Amino acid sequence: METKILDLLAEICDDDIVKENEDIDLFETGLVDSLTFTEILVAIEDNFGVIIAPSEVDRAELGTPRKIIESVRSRLNK
Amino acid sequence: MSFFSGYRFFVCLFILLIPAVVIGLMGKKLRYYRLLLTAFFIWWVYGGSPSQLLYLLIYAAGSVLLVKSYLFLRTKYNRNRYIYGCAVASALLPLVIYKVSGLWGGNIFGFLGISYICFRVIQTVIETYDGVIKEINEVTFISFILFFPTLSSGPIDRSRRFAEDDETALSPAEYRELLGSGLYKLVLGMFYKIVCSAVFYTVLTHFFENRYTPLYVAGYAYVYGFYMFFDFAGYSAMAVGTSYILGIRMPDNFNKPFLSVDMTDFWNRWHITLSSWFRDFIFTRFMMDSIRKKRFSDRLVGASVGLMLNMTVMGIWHGLEAHYIVYGIYHGVLLSVTEVYRKKSSFYRKNKNKAWYRMLSWFVTLNLVMLGFLIFSGHLKAVLHAAAAKLN
Repeated sequence: METKILDLLAEICDDDIVKENEDIDLFETGLVDSLTFTEILVAIEDNFGVIIAPSEVDRAELGTPRKIIESVRSRLNK
Repeated sequence: MSFFSGYRFFVCLFILLIPAVVIGLMGKKLRYYRLLLTAFFIWWVYGGSPSQLLYLLIYAAGSVLLVKSYLFLRTKYNRNRYIYGCAVASALLPLVIYKVSGLWGGNIFGFLGISYICFRVIQTVIETYDGVIKEINEVTFISFILFFPTLSSGPIDRSRRFAEDDETALSPAEYRELLGSGLYKLVLGMFYKIVCSAVFYTVLTHFFENRYTPLYVAGYAYVYGFYMFFDFAGYSAMAVGTSYILGIRMPDNFNKPFLSVDMTDFWNRWHITLSSWFRDFIFTRFMMDSIRKKRFSDRLVGASVGLMLNMTVMGIWHGLEAHYIVYGIYHGVLLSVTEVYRKKSSFYRKNKNKAWYRMLSWFVTLNLVMLGFLIFSGHLKAVLHAAAAKLN
């Protein structure tokens, strides 16, 4: 699951840096904006069946690749 | 009578906040005192116009009924899009009636704060549909939609965030800290609104009205822009400060908007709770739907349509007059251009972090923002009339 998410992120952000640095701040660095954030939510739902509503979490809670992986994992385990 | 204006309001507010401070410093829950104050201020502010009071109460009672019955239906029928659509439409209907009736000079269902209260109710319905909201406490919900500091003009809080604050009692130390920043914001807001905005307003009306040379029009845009900022940021700061003193960590509405380096940055700093509401409940949802339905072959085209839609709706929300709608479209175009430019321009990628580029970008942004305010002010109509008169 972890590699799958990182692959998806790399594809959406168009940058492999997200695979190398899992703690990179996606919003600060401009890797993710409102549009790519949307694409990430759709990709997560399509690939894992995990629905994260756009307003459900604070953006900071999905601010790094690691946090995204953890959010998906905790929802899968529910 | 309105919120946060006139010395009688402030005297009364400060006196009534004293018991809140005592309760807070003792580490007790402020929940019921907040409700009591909300009831008092609604009675006081709306008391002068019984029809407004009546509409407000009908809308509030109707909203409770709506969110409770929608929650019931959501549990029973899951994600049914028709029921969902009906629920959102019902929350929106009074606002639409009010705005449309205004076109013919009417004022059906108009009451102070109607534009803002709708956001809170619709957000609750949408998040119920999402499955994020699983229970709704009537008292907390009423407290949330009618919370007096933010009732008439925001900031627009979110129900789950509010409920969390509403139901917890802060420790005396936590409350002390919140009280400190609350007092600071309240006083700063008063200074902004009562001193700064009044100064800019006086300058505006004395020196820039009825003068239509290009330099005066440009001056009007700037002075009006600063007036708007101090007026609205001042109001918001007073509302946030009062909320803090009452134990609610209301989100901020402004973050140094005139330092923005591009238009996207501007909307993250100006009327933040409004733009993030639109982002979360219109833009993102439209984009997710578009991606699923493969509505656009090019992602940038999709994003541009999404941004145009988002900002045009925001313009319409401000009012159905032409200048508000043009204002929305204007910002939609600017955001779309910014998005395409950021994604496509190698010049941008190469220079975006350089000091000279940021200075230039800031300067361009500031002027685009001020032009936006000029559109928003409705002043351009007079300018066009003056220009036409000169040509004839």
